[in-house]
Amino acid sequence: MSSEWPLWEVFIRGQHGLNHRHVGSLHAPDAEMAIRNARDVYTRRNEGVSIWVVRSNDITASSPSEKGPLFEPANSKVYRHPTFFDIPDEVGHM
Amino acid sequence: MAGAETIDRTAFAEWLQRVGDNALILGHRVSEWCGHAPALEEDIALANQALDLIGQCQLWLGLAAEVEDKGRSADDLAFLRDAGAFRNLLLVERPNGDFAQTLMRQFLFDAYHVELLRALKGSTDNRVAEIAAKAEKEVAYHLERSADLVIRLGDGSAESHARMEQALKSLWPYSGEMFIDDATDQAMADAGIAPLPSTLRAAWDETVAAVLTEATLAHPGQAWQHKGGKQGVHSEHLGFLLAEMQFLQRAYPGAVW
Repeated sequence: MSSEWPLWEVFIRGQHGLNHRHVGSLHAPDAEMAIRNARDVYTRRNEGVSIWVVRSNDITASSPSEKGPLFEPANSKVYRHPTFFDIPDEVGHM
Repeated sequence: MAGAETIDRTAFAEWLQRVGDNALILGHRVSEWCGHAPALEEDIALANQALDLIGQCQLWLGLAAEVEDKGRSADDLAFLRDAGAFRNLLLVERPNGDFAQTLMRQFLFDAYHVELLRALKGSTDNRVAEIAAKAEKEVAYHLERSADLVIRLGDGSAESHARMEQALKSLWPYSGEMFIDDATDQAMADAGIAPLPSTLRAAWDETVAAVLTEATLAHPGQAWQHKGGKQGVHSEHLGFLLAEMQFLQRAYPGAVW
């Protein structure tokens, strides 16, 4: 039966977290039931204060085969990292 | 607490067993779905619900044991009483049947359970009011879920509609017992501990009528009603349920984790 239901991705905002984090996926016939199922499947141990669900089909993902063109150019641009500043001792730990 | 001081302890303990046994027997019934539900998500939801009910039963039977004061614990009450000593409604011991029957049983009971717990939050006995306040949150969710599924399946495919209609027809004659008052109920109402069951009927009727209409299910109307569970007169189904539920404690008395 569940194979006829679409897949949903579940995002939960934890007790102390500011952002919703991806926790997993589940099957449900519609958004309302996806929220309910997420409540039962992913918040059994008081994990969350807010739930988002989104149809897996509606997520546009980058393709692993484009990993090179997408990410490699950044590798050679070390100057984009803030590692070349001298930090005065008075500042302490950053 | 004034009520609890003056009230007949036997009646109070008896009443607590009724509330606790409903949670225990329905909780066990729902737990029988574990690993068998139609979808993984549904399986987990049912297991959660069973655990909610068994947790509530622990509190009610714990208080029953305390009030009774005969040196028995909640576990003793759950695992060492025979069928005739159980005080649950006949509705909750009905077999699971198909998914429609499990859901309809849950819905008919949830709609009553939530009204009962809401009323109990105003009990003159603090212990009762506190357990009710905790349980009410869980049960409000149970009702939201069961009502939603009754509507979805009633107003679903031709097959789901037919199964829901059949479930309603077979369970309806077990719904009336929830609202029958007896001497124990009267004693609890006089002490301000619990509402008379008959006073919960109007709100239940309203919820049930609204959900059945939305689910496109025909209201069964007046029908002959079974009774006796509250007084310990049970159907044969309870014996089989207890045989499974109590086996371990009966075969290995006092066994612990």
